[in-house]
Amino acid sequence: MLFWTTIKVALKSLMASKLRSFLAMLGIIIGVGAVIAMLAMGAGAKKQVLSRIYAMGTDLLTVRPGQHGFHGVVTGSQQNLTLEDAEEILKKVPNVEAVAPAVQGSAQLKYFNKNTRCNVIGTGVTYFSMRNFEIEKGRAFTEGEVDRMARVCVLGPVTVSNLFGNDEPVGAQLKIKGINFQVVGVLKAKGDMGFYNPDDTAIVPYTTAMKQLFGLEYLNEIHIQGTRGCDLNTLQEATSSVLRLQHRLQFGQPDDFYIRNQAQYVEMASDMTRTFTILLGSIASISLLVGGIGIMNIMLVTVTERTREIGVRKAIGARDRDILRQFLIEAMLMSGLGGLIGVGVGVGAARMIGKMTSFAISVELPSIIMALSFAAAVGIFFGYYPARRAAKLDPIESLRYE
Amino acid sequence: MSIIEARNLVKVYHLGGSKINALNHVDLTIEEGEMVAVTGASGSGKSTLMNILGCLDRPDEGTYILAGEDVSRLHPDRLAAIRNRHIGFVFQTFNLLPRMTALENVELPLLYAGVSEAKDRAEEALRMMGLADRMKHEPNQLSGGQRQRVAIARAIVTNPAIILADEPTGNLDSKTGEEIMMLFKKLNAEGRTLIIVTHEPDVARHCRRQVHMKDGQIVDGKGN
Repeated sequence: MLFWTTIKVALKSLMASKLRSFLAMLGIIIGVGAVIAMLAMGAGAKKQVLSRIYAMGTDLLTVRPGQHGFHGVVTGSQQNLTLEDAEEILKKVPNVEAVAPAVQGSAQLKYFNKNTRCNVIGTGVTYFSMRNFEIEKGRAFTEGEVDRMARVCVLGPVTVSNLFGNDEPVGAQLKIKGINFQVVGVLKAKGDMGFYNPDDTAIVPYTTAMKQLFGLEYLNEIHIQGTRGCDLNTLQEATSSVLRLQHRLQFGQPDDFYIRNQAQYVEMASDMTRTFTILLGSIASISLLVGGIGIMNIMLVTVTERTREIGVRKAIGARDRDILRQFLIEAMLMSGLGGLIGVGVGVGAARMIGKMTSFAISVELPSIIMALSFAAAVGIFFGYYPARRAAKLDPIESLRYE
Repeated sequence: MSIIEARNLVKVYHLGGSKINALNHVDLTIEEGEMVAVTGASGSGKSTLMNILGCLDRPDEGTYILAGEDVSRLHPDRLAAIRNRHIGFVFQTFNLLPRMTALENVELPLLYAGVSEAKDRAEEALRMMGLADRMKHEPNQLSGGQRQRVAIARAIVTNPAIILADEPTGNLDSKTGEEIMMLFKKLNAEGRTLIIVTHEPDVARHCRRQVHMKDGQIVDGKGN
């Protein structure tokens, strides 16, 4: 009963000075809004990165050469992954669906008077399906073209727009590192990953890339796809032992290659976005804290203004804790109300950021709950001191207060 | 049994370096059902006496027994409970809480006491004060006389042992003040104990007993 009356009276006194209450709540509104918008950006970034990692394929292992080192200082990659390694893996490791060797390097692409620099990947036919690359236009290259070292390429959509503008790319001739290539297909867009853009690329047969473009003997990567539903860890161990045998490593000698599976990428990306979210969230929380100071300020003014009321309440039997509770409730009501408005503002701001920029936005219920409870906690924390001051007022002097 | 038994009350204030004996060994006994006026010039100690009788303050020395309970050394929270149960305050400036209806104002002491049928009892008290049609009004929608009647309803709603009125007619015109005094007399006739602090002879005249204070002492009307 007393509780509801207190809330009603608190609401009425908030409404009685609307502008003042609004200004007092503004800090909380902005704080909660900022926290929600920032967390939404963090969550959105995480979703986006993860979905793009999944788009690369989740049942993949990637073998890379080990790194040269001298007392822990990395001086470069070893050159020891060969085409034979790739063939051995396909032959000897159980549950392997496909293997794609890959070399890559940056190269200049030229089409008439336009040129661009992008990542050129030399790989096999299976690469497209393994990495979930789909062909938008034209076709992928064929086994035959790989075998006869054909100078054909498949371009990413970003590369196409850089080079061709409105011209038809499929069938066109372009120069990669000064060598003529024919464009046979264009990839479907996947979206920027942040650390690299899979849409800005040229994919050529690995034979052509190794012999004609880069002059490489060794591979940069071997991509391995397991059969559907196979255990990636088992696959990773089997691959490792085949490669150790192939590289004639003795027992006790360390691996001269390392194997990554997609699960690790997912973990890495999750870690990265978590850090990003914490960073954004904690910056936003500072404004929530500042909002709390605003509430404390206005509560101190309120307590002084209502000294006489406090005296009357004490005279008719309110104990110190009754007064304390009343002003705490008012502070919490203010921060809670500010919090609710802040949720609206935050969701709105997040949507707007999502529309106006390329950031992915994802407003999640836990972040709303978190921001709201944080706002309430701020209300209690910053409301406590003014409320305590009110509770400790001397009834006689309060009654005499003008 | 006496409702108020004050023995040897002493209250000293320290102002700067000097000591002020606001109450200088005061004895006062008031019987149940009395209507007492406390008069005296300002600085005579009547406010200090009222604060102690109203359990808003504690004496430095002496004992104060209210309705059979020694309240002179109680903890402030206990005093709050005593005020809630045994004392009804009526102030010169009414002191109704703004933004609360008349009914809510009258309910408040009961809510602090944790009484369950607060609303019914508050309505009953307001009806007794002739305010049945003003229950949902807020103080700023009421006249001075109506406000003071709401305040009196708030004072009697807990059925206190004593009603303490501090210059209850000070902010009212003489006609309305007279009406309020009539109300007090009616309450007294119903058996309630009233103590009215005033400096107006017209008000004091209504009381059968008058206690006069001067320099921290009762000079007339101790009543033992």
